[in-house]
Amino acid sequence: MARVVLEGIRKTYPNGFKAIHGVDVAIEEGEFLVLVGPSGCGKSTLLRMIAGLESITEGRLSIGDRDVNNLEPSERNIAMVFQNYALYPHMSVYKNMAYGLKIMGLPKAEIEERVKKAATILELTDEQLTRKPRQLSGGQRQRVAMGRAIVREPSVFLFDEPLSNLDAKLRVQMRLEIKTLQANLGITSIYVTHDQVEAMTLGHRLMVLNAGNVEQLGTPIELYQRPESLFVAGFIGSPAMNFAEARIDAAGKTITISGQEALPLGDGGMAEHGGKDVILGVRPEHLELVADAPDAVPMTVTMVEQLGADTLVHGHFGESKSDLTVRLEGIRHIKGGEVLPIRVSPDHLHVFDPKTERRLS
Amino acid sequence: MLLFGVAVIALPIWIMFVAASHPEIRMTQVPLPMLPGGYFFENLDIALNRGMSGMDGNGVAYMMLNSLIMAMMIAVGKIAISLLSAFAIVYFRFPFRMFFFWMIFVTLMLPVEVRILPTYEVVANLGMLDSYWGLSIPLIASATATFMFRQVFLTIPDEMLEAARIDGAGPMRFFWDILIPMSRTNIAALFVILFIYGWNQYLWPLLITSEPGMYTVVMGIKQMLEAAEQVPQWNVIMMTALLAMLPPICVVIFMQSLFVKGLTETEK
Repeated sequence: MARVVLEGIRKTYPNGFKAIHGVDVAIEEGEFLVLVGPSGCGKSTLLRMIAGLESITEGRLSIGDRDVNNLEPSERNIAMVFQNYALYPHMSVYKNMAYGLKIMGLPKAEIEERVKKAATILELTDEQLTRKPRQLSGGQRQRVAMGRAIVREPSVFLFDEPLSNLDAKLRVQMRLEIKTLQANLGITSIYVTHDQVEAMTLGHRLMVLNAGNVEQLGTPIELYQRPESLFVAGFIGSPAMNFAEARIDAAGKTITISGQEALPLGDGGMAEHGGKDVILGVRPEHLELVADAPDAVPMTVTMVEQLGADTLVHGHFGESKSDLTVRLEGIRHIKGGEVLPIRVSPDHLHVFDPKTERRLS
Repeated sequence: MLLFGVAVIALPIWIMFVAASHPEIRMTQVPLPMLPGGYFFENLDIALNRGMSGMDGNGVAYMMLNSLIMAMMIAVGKIAISLLSAFAIVYFRFPFRMFFFWMIFVTLMLPVEVRILPTYEVVANLGMLDSYWGLSIPLIASATATFMFRQVFLTIPDEMLEAARIDGAGPMRFFWDILIPMSRTNIAALFVILFIYGWNQYLWPLLITSEPGMYTVVMGIKQMLEAAEQVPQWNVIMMTALLAMLPPICVVIFMQSLFVKGLTETEK
């Protein structure tokens, strides 16, 4: 268990490509940090830099108060779980788990004890320990890969999209197992994923990366409730947040989506941004279908998706071009072409500057 | 059609076997026998231990040994060197890496026959004529095998190296513990091919050996045919040919399953 501190970490590849533009974060002991972002955003690069598989161009990385910039991966006291598990195909499960310990030069008895202990935690049977990785199912291979990490008794776990090779059902199950395991062992963990559900459910804190920049760092709920940028707002939450061009009135009390009724701004308005063109964001689950309310906006329905638990209604406000999605609870019988009165709750409006793409207010 | 093909290939072998089982006299009479005779083991004894009448009185047993040593040295040496050079080319970043790779690759265009004179010169100057080293070393350097192992290593996912690095395995440890076991089947396939290649060498041993003690069995057969001043003793010659075929067949049979896997297996 250890604190991991990144200070001004940058990565520039020899061909001049800048992959990481400066990351500062202190990951506390026992914390579960999730790095999330679209593919190519640099999240895996950052993880591999922490692991020591990629060199650090600039900045300081310390694990447990020890500068590790120039240490080999094996000297950093970390363990990593790879996307394709990277199990040694010619070794039995037992040997896969024991290999690193054997290189460390641990006595046979201790290796056996540690492997057996990890196998118990992961519910791997003795019979499975003698098998080769190819004789195991995806979920079991995943467990072995985690076992290989556990036996090292590292101070940091690194996960590189460990669940993306599993089918949907198994992914949910393994997600819970990883969460439970991390909570029980209390080992600092850094987890890379592009799946925002994984990110939201697993992490104590999330770091959203976009094109090598940190967009936002915070707890899952903070990111959901107060996304600091347009990118985070669009990335976190499913279905994605609706965006529309809008204008705040001179007094900063109301906001108007082009050609529509003015909506009141909550929390005493935004006087300092009066008269400004902005981008308004509102989550599909914060749009309500109301029977008859004075502040309802008519929405023309184009498409309906039934999910069982929810119904997703796609459409647009009046003549406005911007599409939006409304998430309604339960099964609703709505047809394309219908016009629905929709109410936007003023407490759930997100207002962004169209130029800087940062949150206003 | 298939049966016909089999017959075409099998018939000479059958004739060889028949010829190897008759006494010398019978082989000079027409028509030649088509059914095996009862002298197989006597001929075997002559071929292996006593040699043909009129020759130096040694059988081909020592030639078989020479061939075996040469073939083994070539196969093992080639595999060892190719594995190491492919390892260097794939996993290490050093200056002129691709240049060296292409240098190795270009030698594919220079088989033994083309470089035979300079190679002979080198071997002669190194004093390796009439020695096992002289027989095998010039045939060991090999672009084919290096190239093949390079391809094999390229199919091994990078994560394997990364996992090994995190486990604390150094380069040679990784090579020995991970790469070699993972290319086991390819090594076996290559061993079969190279062993037969080495065993069947004719021109090179012919050039660099002048002492009968270093002759190989393939050369031996030719020598027997030319044994001057007498009718060729077909029974012994055929027996020798049969013997010469034996080790490659054994290698193929024993390593067949690995061989096939090595050529077809893609899952890593």
